[in-house]
Amino acid sequence: MIKIFQNTNYDFIGKRRITLIACLAVLAFAVVPGLVNLTAGRGFFNWGVDFAGGILTQVRFTQPTDEAELREIIEPIAPGSQISRFGQENEFLVRAPLMGENTTEAVEQIRQALRARYNESFIIERTEAVGPKVGSELQTRAILAVLLSFAATLIYLAFRLEWTFGFAGIVATIVDLLFTMGVLAALRLEFSLTTIAALLTIIGYSLNDKIVIFDRIRENMRASRQRGEFPALVNRSINETIPRTVMTGGSVMAVLLVLFLLGGVAISDFALIMFLGVVAGTISSMFVAPAVLLWVRERVGKSKTKETTARPARVAV
Amino acid sequence: MSGTTRRLLIIAAAIGLATFFLVTNGINYGLDLKGGMYLALEVADPQGTMTAEARRDATDQALDVIRNRIDQFGVSERNIQKYGDDRIIVELPGIQDEERAKDIIKQTALLEFQHVLPTTQVEGVLPRIDAAILRAKPELATAADTSTRPAQPSALDLLFQRQQDSAAAARADTAQADTAGAQPPVSTRPEDRPLSSLLNQGPGAGEFLVAVENVDRINQYLSIPEVQRLLPRNTVLRWGRTPQGQGAQLFRSLYVLEEQPFMLGTAIEDALPGKDPQYNKTIVTFELNRRGGRTFGKETAAHIGDRIAIVLDKNVVSAPNVISQITTNGQIEMGAAPMTEARDLALVLRSGSLPAEINILEQRSVGPTLGNDSIQQGKMAGIIGIILILGIMIGYYRMAGVFACIALFVYVLIVLGGLSAFNAAFTAPGIAGFLLSIGMGVDGNVLIFERIREELQAGKNNRAAVDAGFQNAMGAIIDTHLTTLITALILYNFGTGPVQGFAVTLSVGIIASFFSAVFVTRTLFLLYINRRSPTEPISI
Repeated sequence: MIKIFQNTNYDFIGKRRITLIACLAVLAFAVVPGLVNLTAGRGFFNWGVDFAGGILTQVRFTQPTDEAELREIIEPIAPGSQISRFGQENEFLVRAPLMGENTTEAVEQIRQALRARYNESFIIERTEAVGPKVGSELQTRAILAVLLSFAATLIYLAFRLEWTFGFAGIVATIVDLLFTMGVLAALRLEFSLTTIAALLTIIGYSLNDKIVIFDRIRENMRASRQRGEFPALVNRSINETIPRTVMTGGSVMAVLLVLFLLGGVAISDFALIMFLGVVAGTISSMFVAPAVLLWVRERVGKSKTKETTARPARVAV
Repeated sequence: MSGTTRRLLIIAAAIGLATFFLVTNGINYGLDLKGGMYLALEVADPQGTMTAEARRDATDQALDVIRNRIDQFGVSERNIQKYGDDRIIVELPGIQDEERAKDIIKQTALLEFQHVLPTTQVEGVLPRIDAAILRAKPELATAADTSTRPAQPSALDLLFQRQQDSAAAARADTAQADTAGAQPPVSTRPEDRPLSSLLNQGPGAGEFLVAVENVDRINQYLSIPEVQRLLPRNTVLRWGRTPQGQGAQLFRSLYVLEEQPFMLGTAIEDALPGKDPQYNKTIVTFELNRRGGRTFGKETAAHIGDRIAIVLDKNVVSAPNVISQITTNGQIEMGAAPMTEARDLALVLRSGSLPAEINILEQRSVGPTLGNDSIQQGKMAGIIGIILILGIMIGYYRMAGVFACIALFVYVLIVLGGLSAFNAAFTAPGIAGFLLSIGMGVDGNVLIFERIREELQAGKNNRAAVDAGFQNAMGAIIDTHLTTLITALILYNFGTGPVQGFAVTLSVGIIASFFSAVFVTRTLFLLYINRRSPTEPISI
């Protein structure tokens, strides 16, 4: 039997100061590239048409053409368009701003202009036209959904474990999310609905990862009736779950890495975001979440009763 | 033993059910994967004057009309539904001609029958309108001066002189004579006559011709409120639908019509596209209902020799002369328009008009090749991912890993079967949800196996270690699955399209993952342990 990280005794929570500094660094990292872009007038994220509104067309030509030629055709009808190569040869992405009230007007104009120049030797593979109303609506609804799911997790964990666990789990997950979004901003990856799906997946995975460790903490709290040091108990719980953390995290990371390398244009961005999120989630489960948990409980413990006496009653399911 | 038999039966039933749905329903791919067009529509309300109730009603009406049109257009598996109170979602899988489909959906198809009035009706007020335009928008008039090359108007006038009938010319003269005494004095300089200098006498009664490049400018002039006030009562100007050629120059007709239509398209019972055999012109013949026929008969009888304009969405499609009384059957001439246009017009006339204009808020379309590529890539990625996980699990957990892999296959089957049972579509974000739930399923097994290892290490015998392992891991498995399920349900309720796709696969995946990771793996373990002596070490 192969065994990894069995019976370890690493100190995860002794260096909470380092964890705090690392978290602050992550926060700074999450904000700085976006702010740099913002001051350069490019927007915090590279918002895709889903959120910014506008149109996107993916065109494949059956005859060779290049960006300059396309720009010549498209610029006069849709000023301010971006044209970039995409995937295969002779395949291009055209991003254009909306024209007037009609969301799909620009789509038809571009199609007509292309038809006038290339006849039928092109195929429009994909069109996305999103009006400003829908764009902002998608944004608010996505944010609302995430906030609500956080609230629900908090309530569930408050019932199941204790609210401090829920709080710690969510704070650590937010750190993961910020880190991932920082990388998104720094790499200027397009922020689209697929990105939202990836971020939601990260939230799900990351919370999951923290809950597993919290469950072990709860179990150890129940088992050890004697008033052991809570920090030591937390540390022991993290160590006990390392094999699982590494196995699950490792498998998921391996899969995502393969998807990133082999998945093709559509999947690789998604896999990259997920990979970053899972790495962050795995690390924060061991360092950030327990640290936050200890911090909250110390705070609460000071203001209320002594933490060790208060705990067992609250833990009951 | 009977316990394990029952467990095996349950697993077999789940597999059987999943396979049944998968075979009968198949996998339903979303538009992003199989190709097609998605539209989000809204009833336009530019002035913002509609009440919420009126909006809802208009949306319901529009929904019926659009559904009717799409059905006649013939798209299989179309999905047209209301979203919220005032939105319509149209999903058309595998649609080839997006433009045409959009035109059919968007066309208000408000058909009006209006009497054509002689141009003299407005010619009398043209000088005053010209003056009003100059007062209201002096900058417009200057713009007109610079872009109207001085030589062109005279050339145009010459062109029209040829076909302008003398009667019309005489009419125009009298009109000028009538207004000569009025303020302001009539000038012959085009810059003093911003509107009238752009109008040329048309070939028929009640019709001006306008060079196509001047159409926008005239629309600007006509939108000035004061100009609107100056037009005689119950008179309206409407453009002809298609430009017509006059040598190299293209013109559009501007008709003078009685504002109040005497009949609406609601009176149409049936409409068919066709060809006029005599002139080889595209036509749409229509049949009116009884009441419409009576009205039409009365109006045509009273106006023999006059023109009647058939106006579609405020544009004149044709304006035939009434030769004799017409009752229930009429036709719309469309000149040299292609047959598809006649077919589409007949279609929208049959299916009725929309209660208001429709705005397209969102369009997403994916071509069939791209969709197919995405499916192939997704399958490939999924297979590679699963093989990788199988390798890791078997390599690390040996026999237990094999159980986990069998459980994983059951899991995949149940998710696919579950999705096809609910008729839920498999979308690109759905693949993300699928992956997350695979991860959770594997995680469940990892949790259990690690626990069993711990229990074995603590010196328990096989049976006790397996039981304790499952029991102790259960808390974490339930917590992770339940929180994710709650999240998925919230995302489903508050998310929009793609987020919902994610939520659906995730929910189905979580339930399947719980079943496979806990129930299937445990059953396999029970079978395994029952076959060996308690002392023989288990492969984990």
